[in-house]
Amino acid sequence: MAGGRIVVPSPLPGFGLTFGFTTFFLSAIILLPLGAMVIRALGIPPSELLAMLLDERAVASYRLSFGAAALAAAINAVFGFIVAWSLVRYDFPGRRLLDTMIDLPFALPTAVSGIALATVFSPTGWLGLKLAQAGIQVAYTWLGVVVALVLIGLPFVVRSVQPALIEVRKDLEDAAESLGAGGFNVFRRIILPTILPALATGFTLAFARGIGEYGSVVFISGNLPLKTEITPLLIVIKLEQYDYAGAAALGFFMLVMSFVMLLAINLVQQWGQRRMGIGVAR
Amino acid sequence: MAAGANVATEVRPMTRAERATRAALIAVSVGFLGLLLLAPLGAVLVQALAKGLGEWLASLRDPDTISSIKLTLLTAAIVVPVNTVFGICAAWAIARFEFRGKSLLVTLIDLPFAVSPVIAGLVLVFLFGTQGWFGEWLLERNVQVIFAVPGIVLATIFISFPYVARELIPLMQQQGSDEEVAALSLGARPWTTFVRITLPKIRWGLLYGVILCNARVMGEFGAVSVVSGHIRGVTNTMPLQVEILYNEYNFVAAFAVASLLAMLAILTLVAKTLVEWRSGTGGH
Repeated sequence: MAGGRIVVPSPLPGFGLTFGFTTFFLSAIILLPLGAMVIRALGIPPSELLAMLLDERAVASYRLSFGAAALAAAINAVFGFIVAWSLVRYDFPGRRLLDTMIDLPFALPTAVSGIALATVFSPTGWLGLKLAQAGIQVAYTWLGVVVALVLIGLPFVVRSVQPALIEVRKDLEDAAESLGAGGFNVFRRIILPTILPALATGFTLAFARGIGEYGSVVFISGNLPLKTEITPLLIVIKLEQYDYAGAAALGFFMLVMSFVMLLAINLVQQWGQRRMGIGVAR
Repeated sequence: MAAGANVATEVRPMTRAERATRAALIAVSVGFLGLLLLAPLGAVLVQALAKGLGEWLASLRDPDTISSIKLTLLTAAIVVPVNTVFGICAAWAIARFEFRGKSLLVTLIDLPFAVSPVIAGLVLVFLFGTQGWFGEWLLERNVQVIFAVPGIVLATIFISFPYVARELIPLMQQQGSDEEVAALSLGARPWTTFVRITLPKIRWGLLYGVILCNARVMGEFGAVSVVSGHIRGVTNTMPLQVEILYNEYNFVAAFAVASLLAMLAILTLVAKTLVEWRSGTGGH
């Protein structure tokens, strides 16, 4: 680290210029606007602020946003692991293409995935029709929100787990097998402990992204107040109704949650590093 | 790709149970990705061409759609270079120097990834909206930011801020600065050193970051939606045009614009894969 000094001397030029520009730009583009919102929110008398945050419609939106994001991240933890496993451990036709496709949710504009999912899962769509016959409605229900968030969160889990799976020591697996451990035991005792930190990181990243997601959700969710209204949409509605205080209050709450998620991601990664450092000799 | 490394280590022939597990897991993976990724992508193309190629082309020739394409290109032409310059500067300061508060700076650069895109638009309203800090000042000078192009550009810079920096920081940290120090000690000027030594070393990482940044910029919806005001032909980007057409039940036109964005996404994936292949890294 920097020791006693603020900047460690270096033979390289340009620190003042690049550091200055970086902090200036960061402050002007990110910190100043966020600050304006925080100051607006904290200008609301505390009792009113609390009432806004605990309003029935707001609480229902948190339940949906956080619940659907958690469920979607859990689904991704299971299926994302299977996908990562198949891509790392098996060779099959189309593997490279599938591997490239994993990043599609990063590259596809959210509005496009939103209208596409709404079409596929609408009661008259390809999948929606089949599901409707089975008595399940996805589009315009909370299930639709979950489906959209599974799509958005998938790459976070797969891309976290893949490198960890490559690291799993095959010799340990073979040793366990030669000592008579069955497939499930090898998975539970050797593979799962090694990839658990990566899986936890992927889960947290997918969860964090899901909480704030907007574009891919609003087309499929139906946007019914108290039922299928996510928190980011409620913010947009408040803004459209010129309820700036209400929008600031909810925005402030979401920002605090973002910081909590950043902290959680850092803690999960630190836990993983400690665990890998002590647990498995490399 | 590095993912293939373990495949070849399979020496012992698989037992029947292992073969069954393998088949089942591949089937689950392909089925899951097919439902989640391919079905929506296919739906976009099928819907866009539902009334034939002529109708698809006609939808794209609509003046409002054309102006939304122009606005998206204009936004990208401003935002991508700005964030590229920022990314290079940030990576130079962070990867080449040790200073106090570095990890805080890195965390703050990552902040836009953790914040909802809606927040990115909302905060600009509190700065530049009629009720905002600079609202009155801007009004007196007849400058409009919110519900106008400057607001769209600022919101887009906010959400795509970290992409280039995040690619370059680990790359430059890993590469070290021995060659730059050598060039400088031999009398090369700082700018020459940067252009002749640093830039060639980081070019693939830089390109990778720029490609991802561009995809996000052109496709951004939530942040832009808040500040755009949805004025047809004036402040609608392509994703917003998709929304308007879709909400009007003009599905062919909505999916026609969406199909252009889907092609951009596929191009992005192809370019990204090529860059990974050229730079010899497995990417992420």
